[in-house]
Amino acid sequence: MLKIVHMTVNGREVELAVDERESLLDTLRNRLGLTSVKKGCEVGECGACTVLVNGEAIDSCIYLTLWAEGKSVMTVEGLKGPNGELSPIQKAFIEEAAVQCGFCTPGLIMSAVEIVGTGKKYNREELKKLISGHLCRCTGYENILNAMERIVEETYKVCGDDK
Amino acid sequence: MFDIKSFYEAKDVKDAVRALVNDPDAEIISGGTDVLIRVREGKDAGKSLVSIHNIAELKGVKLLPDGDIFIGAGTAFSHITNDALIKEKINMLGEAVDTVGGPQIRNTGTIGGNICNGATSADSASTMWALNAELVLEGPDGERIVPINEFYTGPGKTVRDRCEVCKGFIIRKENFEGWYGRYIKYGKRNAMEIATLGCAVRVKLSEDKKNIEEARLAYGVAGPTPLRCHKAEAAVKGRAVNDPELYDVFAREALTEVNPRSSWRASKEFRLQLIEELCKRGLKDAIELAGGEVDA
Repeated sequence: MLKIVHMTVNGREVELAVDERESLLDTLRNRLGLTSVKKGCEVGECGACTVLVNGEAIDSCIYLTLWAEGKSVMTVEGLKGPNGELSPIQKAFIEEAAVQCGFCTPGLIMSAVEIVGTGKKYNREELKKLISGHLCRCTGYENILNAMERIVEETYKVCGDDK
Repeated sequence: MFDIKSFYEAKDVKDAVRALVNDPDAEIISGGTDVLIRVREGKDAGKSLVSIHNIAELKGVKLLPDGDIFIGAGTAFSHITNDALIKEKINMLGEAVDTVGGPQIRNTGTIGGNICNGATSADSASTMWALNAELVLEGPDGERIVPINEFYTGPGKTVRDRCEVCKGFIIRKENFEGWYGRYIKYGKRNAMEIATLGCAVRVKLSEDKKNIEEARLAYGVAGPTPLRCHKAEAAVKGRAVNDPELYDVFAREALTEVNPRSSWRASKEFRLQLIEELCKRGLKDAIELAGGEVDA
């Protein structure tokens, strides 16, 4: 049965008719065309479908769209600057060559947004735990962790929690 | 698209109970990190779901007027770990639920679901046993309080009626004030893993920190349900923290109270070895956290 849902997606208010059995992943990809959100395992293991709901990273494959009623959803498309620039997090991934096939990248970037948003400094071991909900089959994670360290460090310098 | 027969988003607990009474096929969905996966696998396909996902009264941790703590059943694992009250009073529980799945799962999955799905491997369950948690259940006939030691009846089975909604958990202050403890999860990986074995140890030391006034020991996956080891607890009660026999006595008694089985994750023999070793490590950690000096 179709139901109406209201949510803010990447800063824009949307009103949509969705199937009550629909995952947020399918709504974002198929109804809103936000194809940065990847469909991987569909059981909450791989993290490719990670988006932020009210600022928190969730697996959108096991999140019903109706649960997002009244909430704010963010995907990689929402990071784009006013003139189409990449965000500092995306730039860090490029600088550190943290991207190979790219399938896990949008999910990892969204987790990075949540991590960086805390304004806290994390060491490499802590970052490993914080990205443990993402599977990458190309990179061996080293460059991803390098990118994470770089962006956490850069952010902390500008707006650390003790500043 | 999930194979769900019908879906109803409840406005509050009473509304959820009403919806469950009206539809004999309906089951509760909270965070969805278990239910939707079972639906996807086909195990729970075709069911009607009553969602309690967005019910505000089920969220959060609060201090009750008498000093007890109430944890709303719909509180996500990460919200428990980051809660100031939990950090101050029951940090062990925050650490235990921080071992569930990965970060995204912990932002969605709830402690109510973790306990109510009845799994012996639930990472919060052994700690909740060691805390003597009490469940607040609301059904068509009103509210009742069930101590956790009366809650589990078998693998995946509990005394919760299908029409009852778990509102939350009461942790009495006598079960956390002065207590310290550690949950140790053994899994084959460090993340995205279901416990091969979980062990929760809590201690309360005497004022001079020389003796164990009281100890608690609970396990997950050491039997068909999470369980407590009262004999092991009694065996170390009153003993000195540097008693050379302390750890062996604790483990020896614990082994007489468990009933693990072989599964694809681990053999019964390996689980028994984990049961013996993890309670020793947990006890040592708990004593140290409580400020006791450990020789070994």
